[in-house]
Amino acid sequence: MQSFDLEAQGLRALNSTLNAQSTETNQTVWEVTNPKGSHAIAVGLDAPIEVNVKGSTGYYCGGMNKQATIHVHGSAGPGTGENMMSGKIIIEGDASQYLGATAHGGLIVVKGNASSRCGISMKGVNIVVQGNIGHMSAFMGQSGNLVVCGDAGDALGDSCYEARFFVRGSVKSLGADCEKKEMRPEHIEFLKEIIAESGVDAKPEEFTRYGSARTLYNFDVDNAGAY
Amino acid sequence: MNSHDDKGIPHTTPRQSATFSADVNSDIRRAAATGIYDIRGGGAKRKVPSFDDLLFMGASISRYPLEGYREKCDTSVTIGGLHASNPIHLDIPITIAGMSFGALSGPAKEALGRGASMAGTSTTTGDGGMTPEERGHSNKLVYQYLPSRYGMNPDDLRKADAIEIVVGQGAKPGGGGMLLGQKISDRVAGMRNLPKGIDQRSACRHPDWTGPDDLEIKILELREITGWKVPIYVKVAGARPYYDVTLAVKAGADAIVLDGMQGGTAATQDVFIEHVGQPTLAIIRPAVQALQDLGMHRKVQLILSGGIRSGADVAKAMALGADAVAIGTAALIALGDNDPKYEAEYNALGTTSGAYDDWHEGKDPAGITTQDPELMKRFDPIEGGRRLKNYLKVMTLEAQTIARACGKNHLHNLEPEDLVALTMEAAAMAKVPLCGTDWYPGKPNTSY
Repeated sequence: MQSFDLEAQGLRALNSTLNAQSTETNQTVWEVTNPKGSHAIAVGLDAPIEVNVKGSTGYYCGGMNKQATIHVHGSAGPGTGENMMSGKIIIEGDASQYLGATAHGGLIVVKGNASSRCGISMKGVNIVVQGNIGHMSAFMGQSGNLVVCGDAGDALGDSCYEARFFVRGSVKSLGADCEKKEMRPEHIEFLKEIIAESGVDAKPEEFTRYGSARTLYNFDVDNAGAY
Repeated sequence: MNSHDDKGIPHTTPRQSATFSADVNSDIRRAAATGIYDIRGGGAKRKVPSFDDLLFMGASISRYPLEGYREKCDTSVTIGGLHASNPIHLDIPITIAGMSFGALSGPAKEALGRGASMAGTSTTTGDGGMTPEERGHSNKLVYQYLPSRYGMNPDDLRKADAIEIVVGQGAKPGGGGMLLGQKISDRVAGMRNLPKGIDQRSACRHPDWTGPDDLEIKILELREITGWKVPIYVKVAGARPYYDVTLAVKAGADAIVLDGMQGGTAATQDVFIEHVGQPTLAIIRPAVQALQDLGMHRKVQLILSGGIRSGADVAKAMALGADAVAIGTAALIALGDNDPKYEAEYNALGTTSGAYDDWHEGKDPAGITTQDPELMKRFDPIEGGRRLKNYLKVMTLEAQTIARACGKNHLHNLEPEDLVALTMEAAAMAKVPLCGTDWYPGKPNTSY
């Protein structure tokens, strides 16, 4: 295992070292100590490596990640995993706002709660939250899945496209054009797999599915009041 | 019509209302018939104070000129040297503004790359991501980082020669975009991760940051991902130029792109285009003042856009403190947009050449602002690129002609003292004297 003291060695050195790792690297496991809420930790990675951050992170940890697994042993700041393409981010604590914003792929797991705008404009990522999520989550979500084992705040899935939302607890309110959907066998099967992969504690049958009613897909003045 | 009524009393001349003009009345009738506001492309069409209201004085006894075509007048500019290890070096200070693949066809984007590269300047992606034909044909390509993040991925980000974080656009400060379903082909839909044929809203705010403190962290992230190599521009609309430029510089921008209300959009509400934002002439001096107050003028480059059409406009922008300009609408016209040779087809669409602005409908007879495979065939990217190169060369020669006449051996040596204004408004905005006076409105220590 490679160890990196962020406080002593600095952010530029950390990211340039991690960015230099190739698909064939032998240095597959990294530990980052003293993160102390620093921003932009382990951004733009593109190798199948595992990065264990021993503490809490600031903005954009794991931003634009490809292939790598980033494990935050603390809480994560705003925009964690933004525009992630593939790979995995695991957050042991809570996640701040804009978690997984515009992310295209991969998996983000939050063991605690996620704040507002979780999965905003998500474009294919899967996000699993053990706790609750805040208001305006998955706003304009395009594709991917948001799985919430707790409750969702106001305006879930507002103006969403084809993203799917699975909530075990209550939903304070649904956003414009978001509606409750039928749970079909393929959804149960999907939840079974993602719950197992995420290691969260829940049963697929306990969830309700939500998604786009698709009434706002093409502009119609009679729908203007929905906004 | 009889000149008198049946009692022999003369008719007054029928008088059209200035308030309820034919244009206004047609807008009202259209709104009443449809129930939807008018969406169109382009920038503000209303007449606003502009660079046409400024004149260069030229050389005289107190200033001597340089010989045209003989004495050197440099046009090069370097953008982004403040923080980036690989700044952009351009032969001419006229860049191609961001226009999306989606709004424009693939061949049109290719032509912009070809023309810009031949002229020694950069082109810019748009909302919809980077296409291979655009990257392949652009020596210098600026990658726009937009709120929608359509097509955004780290591989393309790293292929860019600069990154432009788009906060606003002159045609619609505070507004997002809309690409209507008829232009969403399979390829456009695929690049944007959305179903074919639906209206695609482009967000008005970035999804993962708000405000200048966040912007600073966002710039840090982008630099870390791209190894601090490429310049990072911040594009703002002409809303509050002094403060916006100040905050963008504070956040760490290498360059500012400032876009006035004559700057075009692919599609937004006509009411937005015509009633929100400020004219290009009005925004440059506050922006330059902000850079000067920060000691950053010429260190953080200012790229001005919005209705730039000629070498005269380029020279005036430079004289007022810009480092470079960007053109969008003018470049499309150079490619062949709104060409009178398609007049009959424009007429069939209910318009006329020069006025066609329903770019969002995808029916462009010139084959430029469309995804229709048949219409696209009309546009030859090689010929289009050549036309754009010619136009850029002419603009550059024109700007050099003016600069030499003012005795300048580099376009950047043009200065406000070379200019006078034809109108009080232009004098106030540009802070140059009204013709024949030594005064402009708001000039310090004057008691006029």
